[in-house]
Amino acid sequence: MGNGFTRRAMIGAMMAAPLAANAAQYYTLKPDLVAPGVWVVRGADEAIAFANGGAIANCTILAAKGGAILCDCGPSLAYGQALARLAQKLTGGPVLRVLITHLHPDHAMGAAAFDPAIIAALPETRRELERDARGFSDGMYRLLADWMTGTNVVLPGMDVAPGPFEIGGRALEAIALSGHSGGDLAIMDRTSGTLIAGDLVFHNRAPATPDADLSAWRRSLDALDGREFARLIPGHGPVDATHGAIVQTRDWLTWLESALADAVARGLDMSEAGDIPIPERFAGVALARYELQRSVSHFYARLEANELPRIDN
Amino acid sequence: MWTYHAARLFKGAPVVFDPRVRLQVPMIAENQHQFPVTVDARTIPGASRIIIFADLNPLTQAVDFRPLHAAPFLSLRIKLDQRTPVRAAVMGADGAWHVSGVWVDAAGGGCSAPPVSRAKGDWALHLGEMRGSAWKEGDDLRLRVSLRHPMDTGLVENIPSFHIETIHLRDAAGVELANMTVEGSVSEDPAFTFLLRPTREGPVKVQARDSEGRDYQGVIGPQSRPHG
Repeated sequence: MGNGFTRRAMIGAMMAAPLAANAAQYYTLKPDLVAPGVWVVRGADEAIAFANGGAIANCTILAAKGGAILCDCGPSLAYGQALARLAQKLTGGPVLRVLITHLHPDHAMGAAAFDPAIIAALPETRRELERDARGFSDGMYRLLADWMTGTNVVLPGMDVAPGPFEIGGRALEAIALSGHSGGDLAIMDRTSGTLIAGDLVFHNRAPATPDADLSAWRRSLDALDGREFARLIPGHGPVDATHGAIVQTRDWLTWLESALADAVARGLDMSEAGDIPIPERFAGVALARYELQRSVSHFYARLEANELPRIDN
Repeated sequence: MWTYHAARLFKGAPVVFDPRVRLQVPMIAENQHQFPVTVDARTIPGASRIIIFADLNPLTQAVDFRPLHAAPFLSLRIKLDQRTPVRAAVMGADGAWHVSGVWVDAAGGGCSAPPVSRAKGDWALHLGEMRGSAWKEGDDLRLRVSLRHPMDTGLVENIPSFHIETIHLRDAAGVELANMTVEGSVSEDPAFTFLLRPTREGPVKVQARDSEGRDYQGVIGPQSRPHG
């Protein structure tokens, strides 16, 4: 806010950018073993930015007979390749299948590193990717520059159907939901009791809503909450051994919806609505203000159109 | 760009960079077609005019607002065609322009991609629909007004410039309370917040005219709800 712009800051920013762009870019992926044959590669709990190479989403590696199963594959070709090398090292075999939980580029654009024939997603996710992937690609190249080198849009070549299935002898279940986007795939690893929730669940990191349907999202959270699991891997944030991350995500969405309705009812503009107080209980949630302001952009105009009366008779 | 714009906008009047002019914007331009900006110049004595502009937009100026009987306060949404400074210049009683600004990073195309209603094809069905309400805010009356209009910049292939040009607010007796010139760099379906000064009871008339000479009119009844 206020006067953040100075000529010196501008010159500084212009000088710094090319230096950073010349630095060598490589992803250092660190696997966390969370159960036998289940590794999580944690994303940074940050916004997509040049400094993190867009590696902000959690990716999961599952060991199977003869290779690995990936749930989500990161933002770029280089990330997808690094993830495949890591999976090979951990499981001793190649990637057998890449499951994409939803369309967003921090989870899906690493598909560029794989044969489309082994990439699977919900049919709705494929439709959304056909609609949006080009635009995402433009946005990611703008923000991430050299990190994106060689990354082409690769669409899933295979549909995921809801229900139990097996890959390389590993027993899984596909849970087809929606709300964070038009198609949200959650995967239950039946061997370890691990629920891989994709972006239906955020943990200590504020939920992002660019394609959200908030009531559908809450219904999906209820469905996940009704499941038993030993641990949950959220799309963003740390692994959760309880149902706390589900509760926290639902709490945020419920607060967000009522806070935006209240801001509209008080006659606030979008910029003012983005600055409303965030309840103390979300103090430990990363990017809370950032995601609130994004959500204002996603929902506010429509809420206002519903709430404000016509005056032009 | 600054030298060029300053010469055109300020015409030789003194210019001071003044952080008392409060610019309230989000930390991210999530949608380069709809970037919210609130300018609050109530700390500048005798503020009589507010120009909002973005240096690197092809249509630099967004609005030129004369508060008259309103507070020097304005909310609106603008288009951003690329990463650019967004600024507000406020004419004070001292005859100087008080300028404040922020650097905003934005994806390209805010001014040069077609508006949503053009893509959907339904803009003409809703043209001129006006919504609004009033709230008591301290001694002031907060007015929120929105108007369906494609706000075509003229920079999109085969779509000529077509946008709201002027907005006037008047009280029941016809006295002008505030006015504003509006450019195509203001967002599609423009929405504004005004703060009217005390003693302005009763309905407020909102009159808008676009670049094809169409007039749009709305009436916001006496203050309807508390601002809370």
